[in-house]
Amino acid sequence: MTRYLLALIAGFVAGVMLFATLVYFNPITATAPLSPLLVGSNEIISLTYSVAADEAIVYSNNGERRVKPNPDRVQELWEAPIRRSSARAVVMRDAAGNTTGIGFKFASDSESTRLVNGEALSNSAWHVYLPGRGTFFMEQVENYWHYIRDIVVPAYWSSADSWKGNWNSTMTAGPGPLGSGRVSGGAGEFKGLVTAGIESLNAKAFSLSRGAVAVTGQLTIEVGTESEPDAADLEITD
Amino acid sequence: MLKTFIFGLILGVAAAAAALFFAPVVDQVRETSIIKVLPNGGNSETFHVNIPMDRVMSGSQSNSTQYPENLDWPTDPQFAGVSAELFKIRNERDTVIGVASRIAAKDEQHGTIIEWVLHIPARGSMYMSLQPQMLEGGIRRGELRSGSREFSNIAGIVSERWVADVSGEEGSPAGRIELVSSSVAFGDGS
Repeated sequence: MTRYLLALIAGFVAGVMLFATLVYFNPITATAPLSPLLVGSNEIISLTYSVAADEAIVYSNNGERRVKPNPDRVQELWEAPIRRSSARAVVMRDAAGNTTGIGFKFASDSESTRLVNGEALSNSAWHVYLPGRGTFFMEQVENYWHYIRDIVVPAYWSSADSWKGNWNSTMTAGPGPLGSGRVSGGAGEFKGLVTAGIESLNAKAFSLSRGAVAVTGQLTIEVGTESEPDAADLEITD
Repeated sequence: MLKTFIFGLILGVAAAAAALFFAPVVDQVRETSIIKVLPNGGNSETFHVNIPMDRVMSGSQSNSTQYPENLDWPTDPQFAGVSAELFKIRNERDTVIGVASRIAAKDEQHGTIIEWVLHIPARGSMYMSLQPQMLEGGIRRGELRSGSREFSNIAGIVSERWVADVSGEEGSPAGRIELVSSSVAFGDGS
């Protein structure tokens, strides 16, 4: 009887491990789809920023994650409704590396996350100001599955607790058509703009203790011409 | 015994699949929304930021307004007229429900820009643009430009005002920035 029980337990454990292996190496989720924004011919705006927390103007989370808030005395997001969120303020640069603006990024773990489907989702929003040009807002769903699988897990396996390489991927997985994020212009040349955008990452180094070490984020915004409905046309009682 | 092992294997695969599929990996804490229904069917919601305790960051090229004190704010001349702040945002029960950014800029090309983005993890984000002119009662008005998830497909107006604290109680804030959004839906939310 004991032998059968041990066989059942061994089989169960092997089954769980087999399933985890299948999910991890799932060929259907092997690569992130290429965004049409990156291969289209429409005019785009490209902005880059450093993902490293210690290179941000401000980075804050609940203070319990491996990546610590920066600067060290910044308020932590410890309250229950925001403790699975992060906020950062970063300098935005153009393709030539020139400073072109500042951006705030808010990111929260998404309840739509389904690891079995290769989806480790985050709901995020950008608020960007480019002096002399204007402001815009971008909302997106990001999928960190490939980042976790290709960078974070190998860093855990590494005896140095780190990862080095050259990894590129589109993070944006919605909510717009073809997996793009939604961009709304606020002021200046972007006023009234409703268009699509994506965020992608280029990673070269990651450390378990510091998180992203040499990781560059890129916002690619398609310049469209569609206008938003004007709130002034809607009857609203204050 | 091999049959038992295989049965355990199948059971393990099924249990792991069921656990991953049905058990929520993420469960955001939700505060009950406090929304008023307006006479025309629109919705109104009030948020506020207690100053100074809800300030996460205040960046500008003026040293006197920088927070935290060791903030490394860019010194590039193009940011001379820019003030950018990061806050925790509260509902009418004074409970923190999200985070928010406020950008105020005197732009040489486009005049004064004042904007907010509110990010409420369990609900979505809102993007607000305000008029630079202060109206009677210290109110600044603007419009709700865009939003995500619960706040997608809505349009409306917003107002911002500073409310000084006159309670005189120990530990009370200096005051609060109050934001009121009044919105109507113009499509199916998603």
